[in-house]
Amino acid sequence: MSIWQYANPVKFLALSARVQPVLWVVSIAFVVVGLSWGFFATPDDFRQGSTVKIIYLHVPAALMAINAWFMMLVTSLIWLIRRHHVSALAAKAAAPIGVVMTVIALLTGAIWGQPMWGTWWAWDPRLTSFLILFLFYLGYIALWEAIEDPDTAADLTSVLCLVGSVFAILSRYAVQFWNQGLHQGTSVPVATGGRTVADVFFYPLLISMIGFGLLFVALVFYRTGTEIRLRRASALRARSERGV
Amino acid sequence: MIALLIRDLRLALRAGGGFGLGLAFFLIVTVLVPFSVGPQQALLGSIAAGVLWLGALLACLLSLDRLLALDYEDGTLDLLLTAPLPLEAVVSIKALAHWLTTGLPLVLAAPVLGVLLNLPGGGFFWLVVSLALGTPALSVIGTFGAALTVGIKRGGLLLSLLVLPLYVPTLIFGAEAARRGAAGLDPQTPVLMLAGITFATIALMPFASAAVLRMGLR
Repeated sequence: MSIWQYANPVKFLALSARVQPVLWVVSIAFVVVGLSWGFFATPDDFRQGSTVKIIYLHVPAALMAINAWFMMLVTSLIWLIRRHHVSALAAKAAAPIGVVMTVIALLTGAIWGQPMWGTWWAWDPRLTSFLILFLFYLGYIALWEAIEDPDTAADLTSVLCLVGSVFAILSRYAVQFWNQGLHQGTSVPVATGGRTVADVFFYPLLISMIGFGLLFVALVFYRTGTEIRLRRASALRARSERGV
Repeated sequence: MIALLIRDLRLALRAGGGFGLGLAFFLIVTVLVPFSVGPQQALLGSIAAGVLWLGALLACLLSLDRLLALDYEDGTLDLLLTAPLPLEAVVSIKALAHWLTTGLPLVLAAPVLGVLLNLPGGGFFWLVVSLALGTPALSVIGTFGAALTVGIKRGGLLLSLLVLPLYVPTLIFGAEAARRGAAGLDPQTPVLMLAGITFATIALMPFASAAVLRMGLR
């Protein structure tokens, strides 16, 4: 038993069919509980008022926007090294989800920034990095769409993902150098453990973050399955056109 | 290698190669800027360094789609793929030829256009230094983008979408160096960072470009 057996599309689909119902139920439950607890059952912040509640949407979305790219990076590497088609298709499946998460993070950030900072948008390092990440996602998806041969498309997008990651990190630091920011630093540092969010706000946030993570996994399973079936359908069509 | 470089340069310089097109584009962008932001000398002087950097970057971008596409269409690229010369060297030469025909003229033209935009006197030196250091990186990164999109019909727009995010760090440090130079501040840090980016991309990007080219032409 190893993880590589799921490189076989049949086994992957079987696993996905078994795991998906559970994942959907659990992730939606987590998201609903986290968001409704956050929106309705937490007190208002004494300085920010009720606008603080957008954190339950903003932070998990931003988290998943970055982690979706990391996932694409890992699956791209697996495709380049071990040539498992499921891996390449998982990267393809994750990209649009990453875009949606990035857009959610940017939009909720703007809606939050307007009452708090007095502006919808500032050229702050974090905001700018996210905008650049959005552009990288767009380029990646556009490249997938533009190439007809699926293997070449997988190859080229994988390399783009690797090179893009390096440049995304470079841009992150360049942008930090270029402008000082309005956005606060991380409030929930995992490494040091010293968080600056009070418990009342933290637990619903944590649940919401877990929910978004699971939702992402469920969506990737679902979309990868769709991609595999699309690939099969086009293979069948090609075969019938050849008249075999 | 030298034969390939001379061939590329000759093709670029002769009719149809598009030499000077980037330069003309750079000139037109610079001339259009005062029309769009107004002719106040102080305003123009403060944005001149950034505008010139952006113009140079766009002029570089404009000529990227013919970097490999013409060779792809007439089959030269397939020959080069089977040639004894490693593909990494081929793409490096291509990038060098692109820089010599596009980047270098831009660097030389920038001070003249700087006069048009009322660039402060101290800014000329650092503008030329930052452009001379930064444009090779633009050529090398652009070669990667051109290699990615070489097999795609009408890939010009896609090429821009892919390459522009990769240009962000170079643009930030390059324009920052030129801006600090123009404002009379010490531009050492951004210049060093820019040099680091340029030399790292020259060293590493040809491998990515060659790998992508092999995949695309397979």
